[in-house]
Amino acid sequence: MLKFMERVGDDCLYFLEQAGRMGIFLFNCLLGILRPPYKLGPTIRQLHFIGARSIFVILFTGAFTGMVLALQGYYALRKVGSEGFLGSAVGLSLIRELGPVLTALMVVGRAGSAICAEIGIMRNSEQIDALECMAIDPHKYLMAPKFIAGILSLPLLTFIFDVIGIFGGYVVGVGLFGVNEGAYFQGMYSSVDWPDIHMGIVKSLAFGLLIIWIAAAKGYFLHFERSGGFGAEGVSRTTTNAVVLSSVTILVWNYLITAILL
Amino acid sequence: MVEDNRKAIIELIDLEKSFKQQKVLDGVNLTIREGTTMVIVGASGQGKSVLLKHMLGLLKPDRGRVLVFGRDLSTIGGKELKEVRQEYGVLFQNVALFDSMTVYDNVALPLRERTKSSEAEIRSRVEEKLALMDLQGTEDKFPAQLSGGMKKRVGLARALMLNPKIVFFDEPTTGLDVSRSNEIYRLFYKTQAQLKYTAVIVSHDVPKIFKLADYVALVAGGKVQECLTPEDFQLSQNPAIKAFVKETMGPIYSSEEEEMGFYETDQR
Ligand SMILES: Nc1ncnc2c1ncn2[C@@H]1O[C@H](COP(=O)(O)OP(=O)(O)O)[C@@H](O)[C@H]1O
Ligand SMILES: [Mg+2]
Repeated sequence: MLKFMERVGDDCLYFLEQAGRMGIFLFNCLLGILRPPYKLGPTIRQLHFIGARSIFVILFTGAFTGMVLALQGYYALRKVGSEGFLGSAVGLSLIRELGPVLTALMVVGRAGSAICAEIGIMRNSEQIDALECMAIDPHKYLMAPKFIAGILSLPLLTFIFDVIGIFGGYVVGVGLFGVNEGAYFQGMYSSVDWPDIHMGIVKSLAFGLLIIWIAAAKGYFLHFERSGGFGAEGVSRTTTNAVVLSSVTILVWNYLITAILL
Repeated sequence: MVEDNRKAIIELIDLEKSFKQQKVLDGVNLTIREGTTMVIVGASGQGKSVLLKHMLGLLKPDRGRVLVFGRDLSTIGGKELKEVRQEYGVLFQNVALFDSMTVYDNVALPLRERTKSSEAEIRSRVEEKLALMDLQGTEDKFPAQLSGGMKKRVGLARALMLNPKIVFFDEPTTGLDVSRSNEIYRLFYKTQAQLKYTAVIVSHDVPKIFKLADYVALVAGGKVQECLTPEDFQLSQNPAIKAFVKETMGPIYSSEEEEMGFYETDQR
């Protein structure tokens, strides 16, 4: 029993410590973004890696998501005889929920894992210590470009996801099932309002920050990992943890943001 | 201790550090003076690297103080720590080159991040440093493509890039063959004569390293046993130092005592 209490106490302490570290880390990274000098090169490289290189995956997942939405939507709406609402159903679900969430999950898998592993290996091989000893702030030098790129990329990728998803829905709904083309777009146009788009943008901005924050901090604090952040296995375990944690956090935040903004 | 009125640049005062249950440093006192070469010796696992990391501000002591230029590293803020580190050059035990950057970018990094030099200036200064280290033609290689000795030289080039006041070397020659390690020491000697930096070297190359040292400090049992000139060190009556000197400088072959030692450890 005492052992158990001790365990719980330890867990709480560790959790609090970790939360504090991550908070300070985020603060320092944001300071790093704001402080001059500003360097464009590294940020563009990160934009390329986090953003541009994700476009293909986003096109693919976006198209199929839109298609399956139209498929499901068509059969559901036909039962009540309102196929005309297909456009607004597809548009609203993509813009408000699926676009931001699925884009974020894809970026976690592609870029979040890579960032965590990269930073973790740098921590393990003392490259981050070396940076600090050279009086180069890792928050500014390593993290700031990633944060900027993440926060800029996510809304853009989400936009691409939404557009291609709506087009996918169009192909299935209008092309395959013969829903009236005018009704598809007109329905969408009249039901999607500024607050819906606003919600999508807020979500994708928040997810961009969350993804980079969790991935980078997990790698950066690899040596504090309780499961042991040593060697190749430590990096791989921590990367897996980071991906799981980011995915769960995204879904939780998705709910919270929806609840707040609705 | 011998009188030396050169200015103290690093002072460690009653430094204590534990990792979990293990007490690695247990009251370390050491003074490093401006312009001198301090050699830190001691068996593996005695805490030499840990000691160095305290001077670098990478580890915080449980108790005691680390004063660099009179500033206490464990109480100053990030900005001041950065100022102190601008005077540092560090060659890590594992070199810690940035492994996804080329040799050129590694050596250029301090210039790019800490100065406002143009790319042309950077190129000429990097090439000059690489030439000094005998590394022409490796600019576009990645650290993984270099031999151990070359990596150390790249690390040295990077550490010396901004003319540091204090340079730390953690086992700069461990794992190198004799001629390679002689080369590193030659480079060290040459660059120190040129740049006049204070040097802190952790090394196992006893007695060779004594030729370069102004002071030698032995780390054993969580303490700096004594800090002496190389001559005094070899004659010291301190039992730990006597044992160390005998172990590292005594005859290796055909000594009865040595052989007994071997058998004893074999049987365990
Ligand atoms: N980060 C750390 N966590 C736990 N123990 C450590 C850590 N760093 C060093 N140690 C321990 O401290 C002791 C001294 O290590 P070190 O300073 O690397 O020895 P050396 O004198 O060979 O450089 C070793 O027993 C090592 O296991
Ligand atoms: Mg060591």
